[in-house]
Amino acid sequence: MLEIEGLCKRFDEHLVVNDLSFTVQPGEVLGFLGPNGAGKSTTMKMIAGFLRPDAGTARIGGADIVNDTLQAQSKLGYLPEGAPAYGDMRVDRFLEFMADMRSLRGELRRQRLASVVHDVHLESVLAQRIDTLSKGFRRRVGLAQAILHDPDVLILDEPTDGLDPNQKHEVRKLISNMSAEKIIVISTHILEEVEAVCSRAMIIANGRLLIDGTPLELAKRSRLHGAVTLQMKDSGEAVAALQDLPGVVTVENDEALGEITAIGNGSQNLLASINDLVRERSWPVDGVYQKHGRLDEVFRSITREALT
Amino acid sequence: MNAVTALFRREFHAYFATPLAYIFLVIFLVLTGVFTFYLGSFYERSQADLESFFTFHPWLYLFLVPAIAMRLWAEERKSGTVELLLTLPISMWQAVIAKFLAAWSFIAIALALTFPMWITVNYLGAPDNGAILAAYIGSLLMAGSYLAIGVCISATTSSQVIAFIVTVVVCFFFTLAGYPLVLEAFRGWLPDTLVQLVASLGFLSHFEAIKKGVLDLRDVVYFAAMIGFWLYAGAIVIDFKKAD
Repeated sequence: MLEIEGLCKRFDEHLVVNDLSFTVQPGEVLGFLGPNGAGKSTTMKMIAGFLRPDAGTARIGGADIVNDTLQAQSKLGYLPEGAPAYGDMRVDRFLEFMADMRSLRGELRRQRLASVVHDVHLESVLAQRIDTLSKGFRRRVGLAQAILHDPDVLILDEPTDGLDPNQKHEVRKLISNMSAEKIIVISTHILEEVEAVCSRAMIIANGRLLIDGTPLELAKRSRLHGAVTLQMKDSGEAVAALQDLPGVVTVENDEALGEITAIGNGSQNLLASINDLVRERSWPVDGVYQKHGRLDEVFRSITREALT
Repeated sequence: MNAVTALFRREFHAYFATPLAYIFLVIFLVLTGVFTFYLGSFYERSQADLESFFTFHPWLYLFLVPAIAMRLWAEERKSGTVELLLTLPISMWQAVIAKFLAAWSFIAIALALTFPMWITVNYLGAPDNGAILAAYIGSLLMAGSYLAIGVCISATTSSQVIAFIVTVVVCFFFTLAGYPLVLEAFRGWLPDTLVQLVASLGFLSHFEAIKKGVLDLRDVVYFAAMIGFWLYAGAIVIDFKKAD
């Protein structure tokens, strides 16, 4: 279990992380969201034991990161922002070095090294110096060292930053495969990533926790959640007719796309009544679909509120 | 293998990953030869000892040890690996000492490679080999002090060039602390007792007996204390500058 308790960090007079508390259970993949400078990386650095919190603490499987740092760090895999690694080392030497730093020995060491090289697909670059690698491979080397000792808790700061879509997919698959018995915390700017891998999402801004829920719960807070879009040219009456339906708050007409969207207040299911309306008036509709709400929109509205 | 050994080995091998190590060794060996035979008048003295060899060690270390020390922490900070290193299950102290020992061992190798000097003097005469060994040990201790200063200053910056230059300046001060050049600068505004203190910190003064082959306990304690102090200061600096 990962327990964060009243974590605070101040740089000069600026409170970067402000009384952050949460608990993560094994099997959860927690997505850490927030605008740049929100305190995501600082929080992760404190959990990993790099920065000392001004107040509060984090406990990793019961080991306190402030008072029992080495014990806590041995249960933790950490990918720092930008995936730093020793550029003058070959990939295989670097991973062997990390295995030694983690005190892996004998058969276990050999087996773990082989396993991460396979999982992260590093076979082709093992004999290359790290500073000659592409950004994607560097990131994967960073991931490999983080999971090398099969830690209970993984803290990954922007694990897919700089990867191409295929590599992103690979990394997400890897995270999902590991997620069953581990605690994984990732920070990201990419909201589709949250929907793809996270079972839980948090939005923080100005060092404060604003929202904590499943990606679906977050999406539900979207203005567009449950909105219904009709693909049709407006004959003039459609917008007015939709506007009159009970539960509809606003109607947006995008003439360029040929889409009319009825946005509800969330209390009623608009799809059925709109379907009836379409059939009754026999509008020439090419398609009708319901929106789930968009995370990026929720993200924007929540963080904008917090910043003003 | 435990974490300290692993880090020591990595750091030691890191010198040989670039041409730095070989360049250093060549320059060090060429300069010791040049200094000993030309400036030190090794032959003209007609004495079977290595004093003319050891006399120049402080001046060689003044420029060469900062070149070895500059990358130790500045590079870690520049590349961000300091965050990786200090989130591994290794304490700050262990990391500082492992890195220091790796660099010190490298200097020890450079020093050991001057053995032809020892062979030469044994070939030409019958020197006191105990005194030569003592001087070697003292020289290595002094190199450790230069290195520890470099470790601390390397921790203050992410630029290796700045680390090098500042380390040379600070080392220059400590090299000459017992001499008028430095003392005059303090005499005007420091009370006499403090000027005495500065004077007692000079590397050259403490190396005076060592280069003749006399390993006085006070000098050993002095250099050991210098190493301890600067490594401690270095650890504090690293801790303090983490957030940058």
